[in-house]
Amino acid sequence: MTNTTTAPAHDRQAAPAPLPSPDFLDLPRLISLMTGAEKHAPAAHSTLDALWVLYNRVLRVTPDTVDEPGRDRFLLSKGHGPMAYYAVLAAHGFFDEGLLPGFGSYDSPLGHHPDRLLVPGAEIGSGSLGHGLPLAVGTVLGLRAQGLTDPRVWVLIGDAELDEGSNHEAIAHAGPAGLDQLHTLVIDNASATHGWPGGIASRFASAGWDAVTVDGRDHEALYEAFTTPHPGRPLAVVARVEPKN
Amino acid sequence: MDTMRDRFISTASQLLDEEPRLAVVLADISADGFAPARRAHPDRVINVGIREQLLVGAGAGMALTGMRPIVHTFASFLVERPFEQVKLDFGHQGVGGILVSAAGSYDWPAGGFTHMAPGDVALLDTLDGWTVHVPGHPDEAEALLREAVTGDDRVYVRLSLQENRVARPVSGGSGFSVVREGRRGTVIAVGPLLDNVLAATEGLDVTVLYATTVRPFDAVGVRRAAGAAATADVVVVEPYLAGTSSAAAGEALRDLPHRVLGLGVGRAELRRYGQMEDHVTAHGLDPQGLRERITGFLRP
Repeated sequence: MTNTTTAPAHDRQAAPAPLPSPDFLDLPRLISLMTGAEKHAPAAHSTLDALWVLYNRVLRVTPDTVDEPGRDRFLLSKGHGPMAYYAVLAAHGFFDEGLLPGFGSYDSPLGHHPDRLLVPGAEIGSGSLGHGLPLAVGTVLGLRAQGLTDPRVWVLIGDAELDEGSNHEAIAHAGPAGLDQLHTLVIDNASATHGWPGGIASRFASAGWDAVTVDGRDHEALYEAFTTPHPGRPLAVVARVEPKN
Repeated sequence: MDTMRDRFISTASQLLDEEPRLAVVLADISADGFAPARRAHPDRVINVGIREQLLVGAGAGMALTGMRPIVHTFASFLVERPFEQVKLDFGHQGVGGILVSAAGSYDWPAGGFTHMAPGDVALLDTLDGWTVHVPGHPDEAEALLREAVTGDDRVYVRLSLQENRVARPVSGGSGFSVVREGRRGTVIAVGPLLDNVLAATEGLDVTVLYATTVRPFDAVGVRRAAGAAATADVVVVEPYLAGTSSAAAGEALRDLPHRVLGLGVGRAELRRYGQMEDHVTAHGLDPQGLRERITGFLRP
């Protein structure tokens, strides 16, 4: 007897049809497919341009290489407002855009915080703040221990997420350890309660990182910052976007 | 004689030579002991400094790349301080690793309560999928560690300065072993408390089980020890928070009318210094204290 039960959405991982070249102008349509009581819409849109430039021009990872040891890793630490992330992943074919309308529903793999065991292409599950950067440090250490010095590891955090002490443990270790495979992208929408006197980049720089601050809506500036050489030191890119409030 | 922690350092250092996937992540504790291994394997012996959230997160990050991390510090700083990292960075990310703690519940009483973690196993009990080893001898610690290194799962190895005189053969997969058989009840001795339990039950008609791997809890072994009797009386003697395994014992005996007595470290903070033996006695885990409570519990 044929079992005709429909598989849950997250079991349907068939490769999507070949996509036309991903187009930034397509992202608003993809995001609009995600509906429901999403609580972090400003947070979602703050990351849109930086994510786009990373996935479109910087990261060496595709749906075909998501399991390759030598791939670049992108860790979305700030799991709040993942709509931009999901839209960018869908635009690049990591999963079919048909999953987007189910956003947050029981049978959808796409939650209001992403889960690496459910979302194709997601390197970590996140939502609780302050976990991604330590995990990224460990990812670099693990790659390095296996002689994989080529893959680059990127982690995205928010300026308010930077308040979490675990990040400072990671920042303080990664600089002196010379983890030049490590890259932190800080989306700064001025949402940290007490702010960062002296600027966010200075926190990284004083710990031995290379750090640059750019306009988080300027794709060329982002690209230039993302690809700045930083031999022997980890790199932090602070992308300023319009204040949350 | 080396301590369990000494043996952990020597064994893990040797395993680093043999297992290319193995890494040791430290937060200054035991860093001196691992210095030779770190010189030999600078990319696989990592000391992150006194940063326990990073310690656990970095270990889990290494696991995400396919490494087998051993993450080590004192129990208070390994399980309690970064508990959310243990929960999310290993459990929620779906990766494995080996947490190896030292100092346990009362190993350094002169150091006070800040360095005691009687609640560590109870905390891990709130999470899914952790195997918990509580060796009672350095030889057992070595055997359980060697076994853990070959796997991919989440393992906690709880090391202590308290130990039994003689090592026993152990394997995480073999369940509790029968040390003595009797009819009035079953006493489960966890790890380093076996000697005290054997002394406490001398001449009593009870079965004594020895447990070095407490999670998963050997329900089949406990049910077998309870035998064909219509009722069962079971005492669990643990070197950490009293009652930690009582729910597991009750579950093992759910098809029998049963009583379970959980003995271990008291919940109230014992605000005293002194020696380990003082604290063992204060918690009633010395032979005399155990005997009084076990005989008081068992039916004639």
